[in-house]
Amino acid sequence: MLEVNIHKLKLKNPVMTASGTFGYGEEFADFIDINRLGGIIVKGTTGSHREGNPYPRMAETPSGMLNAVGLQNVGVDAFCENIYPRIQHFDTNVIVNVSGSTIDEYCQTAEKINALDNIPAIELNISCPNVKKGGMGFGTNPEMAAQVVSEVRKVYNKTLIVKLTPNVTNITEIAVAVEGAGADSVSLINTMLGMAIDVERRKPMLSTITGGLSGAAVKPVAVRMVWQVAKAVKIPVIGLGGISSTNDALEFLMAGATAIEIGTANFIDPTITIKIIEGIQEYLDRHNIKDIKDIIGII
Amino acid sequence: MKKYISDFTIVEKQTYGQQYFKLVLKHPDILPEILPGQFVEVEVKDNKNVYLRRPISIHDVDIEANTLSLLIQIVGKGTATLSHLTIGDKLNLVYPLGKGFSIEGKNVLLIGGGCGLAPLLHTARCYSNKGIRPKVLLGGRTADLIPIKEEFNTFADLYFATEDGSLGEKGLVTTHSIFLQSYDRIVTCGPNPMMKAIARYANEKGIECEVSLENSMACGIGACLCCVADTDNGHKCVCKEGPVFNAKDLIKWSNS
Repeated sequence: MLEVNIHKLKLKNPVMTASGTFGYGEEFADFIDINRLGGIIVKGTTGSHREGNPYPRMAETPSGMLNAVGLQNVGVDAFCENIYPRIQHFDTNVIVNVSGSTIDEYCQTAEKINALDNIPAIELNISCPNVKKGGMGFGTNPEMAAQVVSEVRKVYNKTLIVKLTPNVTNITEIAVAVEGAGADSVSLINTMLGMAIDVERRKPMLSTITGGLSGAAVKPVAVRMVWQVAKAVKIPVIGLGGISSTNDALEFLMAGATAIEIGTANFIDPTITIKIIEGIQEYLDRHNIKDIKDIIGII
Repeated sequence: MKKYISDFTIVEKQTYGQQYFKLVLKHPDILPEILPGQFVEVEVKDNKNVYLRRPISIHDVDIEANTLSLLIQIVGKGTATLSHLTIGDKLNLVYPLGKGFSIEGKNVLLIGGGCGLAPLLHTARCYSNKGIRPKVLLGGRTADLIPIKEEFNTFADLYFATEDGSLGEKGLVTTHSIFLQSYDRIVTCGPNPMMKAIARYANEKGIECEVSLENSMACGIGACLCCVADTDNGHKCVCKEGPVFNAKDLIKWSNS
């Protein structure tokens, strides 16, 4: 059995897709049956339309990539009006990643998403490294993290997942703070702040100089942080960071993640999510494990 | 258009000097429709320093043989790794991606600079299939850096511009005497300074003009938003809303 629960959310399997790597799901519908996924977390959505950062926004690095997209998105109103009607019928958990520059912006966006019947959860993004205001600023300080979560909690009554940044001294401190403020789950890790330089041009690779590192390179760090956080909080943990194979997914589950998100690997193999769902089932069968919950957090 | 992911088999390989090579790839089954100007995302194996797929424009399509070909310039570690592939090797592609050229107009000029000529062969073929014989102007620093030439003769009237005068007129494509004639459509792919100059010219003269942009990409399908072009209508994904854009939507870009 692959079913898991994240607070009130029932997932048919623990495999979800990470925000910003899977568009609104539609982009992948030619390659896989979206309805087979445990959930999809759609593009980071803010109070109003954002153009994001200037090009270049991406640099390939060893076993990974840096991005500095900067939350380019249509804004919550256009999401509700134009995109939600197209994706609300997916037979999976469609979760919206919510971001902002101010607590008011987070709350207003969350409140609008709360009104959408077929969005059972939001992932509160207090961890984006690529915006000047807000984003990671909220996620690196326990008091500020708790404050934004408790304010959003007042206007949002479905499952509230909070996405954490690894760019902190002690991630468990932030996790405990947002749990205390009313989060139903935490997801981690968002990208790690990084930088790359084109030595021939003697210029940074990204227009913003620094950006977020994702992909296989960050996986061991992510597994460690998931393990630490899972020990520190009672709410379910969602693990992500470089998951590219069944083995990677199993590592996160064993480290304490109830569910996982696949991100950058979608760019390399648009069918990877389904391969990992099938791979996890095959692993359980091979080891004669009836319920996936029997391996969650065994380390 | 529906997108696919498949393993193709390399059935032919040709090299052109030090920088260019062509791979002809056979589809395992039946090749779907591919528009001129579309591209593929190629998986690069066996190089631990290459993590992402590489976007490569589709050079030509042979529906009867179920093959498509890629003309590749070695510009970095991804393309260098691909250059070591040989006949019989498999190559995994995500395809066909992006918006192609619209194959409209009657008096048409196609302009390719360097490896930018790659998508123009299939484009010239598609014009030819509609009974239109376009003019094709190819440019490069030297004749050696224009890898494909005669192949165009079947579909188009061919002209050249080289900076050293080793082939055709000496100078840049933008100063070629072909511009003394008038056109109702210009299609171009090549280095940005060349395309910007052509887009400005076309916009000034009121000529319809399509430009194929090349930005570094991750996903290739409009999910990651890494490859955006700064169009007059905001950031647009080169992979999904392009790579072909109308020059009228690139006024700011062409003047930058």
